Amino acid sequence: MAAKTLEVNMYRYNPEEDKFPYIKQYKIEKPAKDIMVLDLLHLLKEQDESISYRRSCREGVCGSDGMNINGKNGLACITPLSSVLKKNKIELRPLPGLPVIRDLVVDMTEFYVQYEKIKPFLQNSTTAPEQERLQSPEDRDKLDGLYECILCACCSTSCPSFWWNPDKFLGPAALLQAYRFLADTRDLKTNERLEDLSDPFSVYRCHGIMNCVSVCPKGLNPNKAIGEIKKMLLKDKKEIITTDGAMN
Amino acid sequence: MTNYNSSNIKTLEFDALIIGGGGSGMRASLELAKSGLKTAVVSKVFPTRSHTVSAQGGITCAIQSADPNDDWRWHMYDTVKGADYIGDQDAIEYLCSEGPKAVFELEHMGLPFSRFENGRIYQRPFGGQSKDYGKGGQAARTCAAADRTGHALLHTLYQNNVKEGTNFLNEWFAVDIVKNAKNEVTGVIAFSIEYGEVAYLKAQSTVMATGGAGRIYASTTNALINTGDGLAMALRAGYPAQDMEMWQFHPTGIYGAGSLVTEGCRGEGGYLINKDGERFMERYAPNVKDLAGRDVVARSMVLEILEGRGCGENNDHIYLKLDHLGADVLNAKLPGICELSRTFAHVDPIYEPIPVVPTCHYMMGGTPTNINGQAFNRIDGTDSIIPGLFAAGEAACVSVHGANRLGGNSLLDLVVFGRATGMFIQEDLKSGGGVKSSDKDDIDSALDRLNKLNNSDNGYETAEVKKELQQCMQNYFGVFRRGEYMKKGLDELQEIREKVDQLHLKDKSNAFNTSRVEAIELQNLFEVAEATAISAYSRDESRGAHARDDFPDRDDERWLCHSLYDPLSKSVAKRDVNFSPSEVEAFPPIVRTY
Repeated sequence: MAAKTLEVNMYRYNPEEDKFPYIKQYKIEKPAKDIMVLDLLHLLKEQDESISYRRSCREGVCGSDGMNINGKNGLACITPLSSVLKKNKIELRPLPGLPVIRDLVVDMTEFYVQYEKIKPFLQNSTTAPEQERLQSPEDRDKLDGLYECILCACCSTSCPSFWWNPDKFLGPAALLQAYRFLADTRDLKTNERLEDLSDPFSVYRCHGIMNCVSVCPKGLNPNKAIGEIKKMLLKDKKEIITTDGAMN
Repeated sequence: MTNYNSSNIKTLEFDALIIGGGGSGMRASLELAKSGLKTAVVSKVFPTRSHTVSAQGGITCAIQSADPNDDWRWHMYDTVKGADYIGDQDAIEYLCSEGPKAVFELEHMGLPFSRFENGRIYQRPFGGQSKDYGKGGQAARTCAAADRTGHALLHTLYQNNVKEGTNFLNEWFAVDIVKNAKNEVTGVIAFSIEYGEVAYLKAQSTVMATGGAGRIYASTTNALINTGDGLAMALRAGYPAQDMEMWQFHPTGIYGAGSLVTEGCRGEGGYLINKDGERFMERYAPNVKDLAGRDVVARSMVLEILEGRGCGENNDHIYLKLDHLGADVLNAKLPGICELSRTFAHVDPIYEPIPVVPTCHYMMGGTPTNINGQAFNRIDGTDSIIPGLFAAGEAACVSVHGANRLGGNSLLDLVVFGRATGMFIQEDLKSGGGVKSSDKDDIDSALDRLNKLNNSDNGYETAEVKKELQQCMQNYFGVFRRGEYMKKGLDELQEIREKVDQLHLKDKSNAFNTSRVEAIELQNLFEVAEATAISAYSRDESRGAHARDDFPDRDDERWLCHSLYDPLSKSVAKRDVNFSPSEVEAFPPIVRTY
């Protein structure tokens, strides 16, 4: 019966063999129980070992297997087939907007460079106490929804602003982390961090399209974090203006 | 395909080379990056994809937050007892006494620990924890960042390596150790997964921080990348492995999927029930119930299932009940578990119990090392340092976990011994230790395996042989073991060995060829599986995670010792356990009850 067969259309490209990428169609018996898209990939790779994709934890915490599944970015390992199949068809493509190395594997250099730009580490040059630095539970709560990012790049590669300016616009993932450190009461470089973000591109290319929010497999909200950064930048500006005014 | 040899591959030279970008590797590299030594971390995945990321419940350490009177000696006592007395007490003493320093450093680096009202780091109870040497009741000693401690720790370490400018060779895969005629290690052969380029990574010190190998079993909490690469490389190079029969089966892997459900669930008040709704751990461990050692809980669950009291249609799993904790606690303390459970068990723990089953989780054995991370060989009954080779974390057996690891002690192991190894190498190299070289033949022979695979034109398929191997280990070397079954398993392994030696790599391309990686990983899994099987068959007693039907009792007279597997003779020798901590009196072996 046709209904029991799955049709998988997969983006294929091997730089050593193919001049251009192409879509290859695979037919596979529909598994009896619902499986994840990553399990489907394993089954296909048993048929055709040339298929290439990244994977590691297979439980949605390592961020290796971000890909474009029927037009929407997501993690293959926590996306059940039942949630994406359309008439027993599924289309798998690499994350959009980044160079393809092979098949579903993209070159993430640009994404990591943007991450590193925000100085993703705690900066506090005061002498550390012998024990931990204290932080109230309320202050610690401010990091929830921020620190959980797994750097899968689903958000940034679904963002049209990132597609246009991947070198100058930091993208939602890096900005979420920028805010993670701005929000941390233990970090003392708030002014410097804001200064680094104040150019017209780093933050302000975000136009609130919200694709990042709709695809984040961890349910995080980069758009909200970007909003918070913008508020801080605005406040920062006002303070500078007031200071200047006072000096005059 | 090109046959690689010493003259057609390039050499990249470093002072120190760290294979593996997980917790122990990045803690070691952080130490070395600050030292100015030329260091590289070689990781087959981008570092934050390493399996440390999956650790959930926390890092156990007597930081005196939940209890200002907590004492690292109590933690040491628990760890020695948990290890069923074959953990080395000098190493456990170092782990527990240095621990607080290492944990506070992580906090200073930015790790977003959960907090108590007073602003200090949140600590939760975990299994096997006690106050006052087992006399003062349950302790709460596991420092946590919700139930995402491993993720928070790994990202913090990566971030600080970025800060210090560590040199990463990401998506490079180490194939084999290069050693010279004097049996000294001078680096590894590795290839770039992205381009296929092969290189000799030459170093004065090589650290195996390659993690565990849980994928030798069909059912495991481990990531797909946990294939024991470093340990297998060491075994192929002829170096021994210690306590390989000791594999931890975590009581709560999600039934069917294998994903880990943290012991922190039981620490926060959850408990296990059988099909009658009975809290059965009250029968097996009347004092601490669900917070007994993991080996004890896992065995109790299997017994419940074997005696027909398992849950579900086939009575083949157990329920972990959490709903009584309420939505607020679950959302605040165990949000990741709620997420995993909904995704993989289709169950919302706020309303229903999670179906769980004991699942392979952790390799207590590994490359034997001392406290400085130096790997050693056993020559004429004495330990002999292998110049140039180090190991840390799950890949190593230092040994702090002995026959059974306590929950939360693996993350502590990573940072304490990753740090110690980094510090030692720094001192060692600065004082002129090291400087070794290999000649052409040494490099060529380390390329053999890769060349053979690249030139294979027929043979067996990786995916099929891997399934056979995993099923064999699952069937014969699981939670309960028996001599006659293990013998069968050993015979099967002989057949699998032949297939593993003749894998057929159909896809010979260079760009991101994951099939090549998977074939080599399977060969690595096999080495670890074989060491496990032979060691398990040898130890004819029950201790910690090693439970034999045919030898149900602990036999201190014959087996209060490490097993040391020699890959050349495929035989097992005994090695003394250290009972000489420097500051405290050694804890003598007593009957282990919970």
